[in-house]
Amino acid sequence: MAAFHFELVSPEQILFSGDVESVVVPGSEGQMTILKDHAPVMTMLQPGVVEVEESAAKRQRLFVRGGFADVAPTGLTILAELALPIEQLDAAAIAREIKNAEEDVADAADGEARRMAGLKLDQLRQLKEALGI
Amino acid sequence: MPSLKDLRNRIASVKATQKITKAMQMVAAAKLRRAQSAAEAARPYAQRMSSVLSNVAGGVATGSGPALLSGTGRSDVHLLVVCTGERGLCGAFNTSIVRLAREHIQSLMGQGKTVKIICVGKKGYDQLRRQYEKQIVELVDLRSVRNIGFANADGIGKKIISMFEAGEFDVCTLYFSRFRSVIAQIPTALQLVPAQIPTNDNAAAGPQASYEAEPGQEEILATLLPRNISVQVFTALLENMASFYGSQMSAMDNATRNAGDMIRKQTTLYNRSRQAMITKELIEIISGAEAL
Repeated sequence: MAAFHFELVSPEQILFSGDVESVVVPGSEGQMTILKDHAPVMTMLQPGVVEVEESAAKRQRLFVRGGFADVAPTGLTILAELALPIEQLDAAAIAREIKNAEEDVADAADGEARRMAGLKLDQLRQLKEALGI
Repeated sequence: MPSLKDLRNRIASVKATQKITKAMQMVAAAKLRRAQSAAEAARPYAQRMSSVLSNVAGGVATGSGPALLSGTGRSDVHLLVVCTGERGLCGAFNTSIVRLAREHIQSLMGQGKTVKIICVGKKGYDQLRRQYEKQIVELVDLRSVRNIGFANADGIGKKIISMFEAGEFDVCTLYFSRFRSVIAQIPTALQLVPAQIPTNDNAAAGPQASYEAEPGQEEILATLLPRNISVQVFTALLENMASFYGSQMSAMDNATRNAGDMIRKQTTLYNRSRQAMITKELIEIISGAEAL
């Protein structure tokens, strides 16, 4: 399979930069797999797991929360608010995320903000179950 | 003519000062390295951010779009976010940022505009308070923060946005010091609201019109623009941190060298007056012996 350039950056550092074969992105409208020569698209992210496949043998999973994925002709760039390798994500970390999200729901000023925060909370809970931790 | 004891005390005290400045210089050098790598690590995100932003905003007609992008259409109330250090002993670092901000404040006030100030860092607050006490709306204290994280910048960013949404200002400018090298820090003013979108330099690479956006361009811009402000603040804080330590390092280097000069001068003076004293005593003894 043909390779394309992929970068995952968080405000503090670059987590991944290199050529990959496919990337699964947790987009706001659902999961999507990006392959080479994907049409240019720009999507917001929901909290979830980015699966990077450098080759059939080499896969990597990273947790991301908040941010954007930008598919350009030159490659894919993910700007994440928070990103860390899945191995570093433990029960305590995800519990903290869920607690933050719950506070967001409580603090939300209007209906729209509360709906968005509630959506994020649901996504985090689903993720927790999916990962089995 | 100071007595020998005075001179000895003076030399001892300058030596003690030199030890302190030397230690501070070394600490600043170590912290500078950390601050510099943090600033460099944050650069790619800011770069990608601005290129994504220019991609998305390129599709929006000028004058339309969210208010954060196009502004309120007025420029009556200016908000100045002045980022300085929390500590002194760093040469002209704080003063040069404050000077730049003060020049702008004066010219804005001369045009009859309203000015509001948010101070990030205690030193800038101390200097601005004397003249513009009434204009300062807030002081953000980062003294207790060891390593500046994105969360700190996000807090400031959110504050700016909530003020903007409440209609408390029209134009927001950020003042900080860009880190060029250890000896060169450039005080910079950066306009945050309305957002300055870098012109897309790869426009020649192909039409951008086919860009698809999920959920929609408006929604993306609505989250992208506040995020961009936080990112700019974050970059500014990191650059400021590196500049601060760079400035402190060279200031302390100067101070150590000056202390060395002072010690040398005082030691010469001490030796000279000691010799003069001995000579005087000898003359007294000899002339006393001759008189007998």
